[in-house]
Amino acid sequence: MVDARGLSCPEPVILTKKALSKKPSKLEVIVDNRAALENVTRYAKAVGYNVVSSDKGDGSYHLDISK
Amino acid sequence: MAISSEKRNLLIGGAIVGVISVALVVLGNPKNMGFCIACFIRDTAGAVGLHRAAVVQYARPEIIGLVLGAFLISLIKGEFKPRGGSSPMIRFALGAFMMVGALTFLGCPLRMIIRLAGGDLNALVGLAGFVCGIGCGCYFLNNGFSLGKSHNQGLGEGVTFPVLQALLLVVLLFVPSILIFSEKGPGSMRSPLFFALAAGLVVGVIAQRIRMCMAGGVRDIILFRDFTLICGPLAIFVTILIGNIAMGSFKLGFAGQPVASPDGVWNFLGMLLCGLCAALLGGCPLRQLILAGEGNTDSAMACLGMLVGAAFAHNWGLASSGDGSTAHGHVAVIFGLIAVVVLAVIQMKRKEA
Repeated sequence: MVDARGLSCPEPVILTKKALSKKPSKLEVIVDNRAALENVTRYAKAVGYNVVSSDKGDGSYHLDISK
Repeated sequence: MAISSEKRNLLIGGAIVGVISVALVVLGNPKNMGFCIACFIRDTAGAVGLHRAAVVQYARPEIIGLVLGAFLISLIKGEFKPRGGSSPMIRFALGAFMMVGALTFLGCPLRMIIRLAGGDLNALVGLAGFVCGIGCGCYFLNNGFSLGKSHNQGLGEGVTFPVLQALLLVVLLFVPSILIFSEKGPGSMRSPLFFALAAGLVVGVIAQRIRMCMAGGVRDIILFRDFTLICGPLAIFVTILIGNIAMGSFKLGFAGQPVASPDGVWNFLGMLLCGLCAALLGGCPLRQLILAGEGNTDSAMACLGMLVGAAFAHNWGLASSGDGSTAHGHVAVIFGLIAVVVLAVIQMKRKEA
């Protein structure tokens, strides 16, 4: 799991990239701003993963990234 | 291949920003300076007396509009979120050095694009430096550079920066006599106040929605091979290029370009410093203003750093002019590069033990 809350771009994407470089079948990422949500989603999709994101209502977004 | 909606929005948004930049010049802003964040923050620093360079003083409504536009649209869209506490002092310093680099080149990354579209080849040298600077920043980011996590803040903390901009607008509208306005030079060349303000508001709204960033485009290509954010600057470039050719103001060359320094080495190094700072800050000067409008007080600190950096740049004779760069400016850029690299190394997290 990558907890990127409080981090601004590009850090959430870099953390995601590093986690995905180990080729996991799934990964959960938590971010707390829309720009990070969009950027992480775009990156994960670009490297061939599916992304399902949910708004947790407390200002954070959970991204379920899977093959 | 179908174009993503993000890319499409960036292309459309960039084109609108390009058109507005051209219109601002037609209506009175300095040539190739339709919308320059560094120049306009510098002018604002002069207007409130933080520096005494008589030719670059005016409280630019474009800057006020940018922040307020981003503030209002983020409120409406539920994206206004007061947060801060991620290394504010470092962000202040990076903002100041980003400004010193930009004023050595004579323009922020946005104006670099605008100058390129006017045929100013000095900006091509600046672009090379900017890309290299972002490349250096990406090296640090890839190796664990971080300014730490931000935390949620109270409403008052988040609205203070936009409210300060609104206050400056009130002063500009009702008691302009306490501000200093240039009578000649770039500071005296202004588009009408309300048009400039509206231009700022519109660009602020657009830039907030599409996350426009001049540095982010280059950074994402280097870090992630992602060509989404670069669409913004590309669209700005093409639109202004077309505008300049249509109006006959496209002039290809190095010599005699409006408000440009001919010193290649220092144009390169200035933008190297600017690009490095922008990469470490997570966004170009424009993006910092937008984020500050969204309640991000870390970005507000970077903006204050830019304001103070601009004041120092003129008080200490660091900024270039049409005559070229200055010896003081050379020292400042070299010092800035060393200081920022040292800061970046210090902020690199140790590999997990």
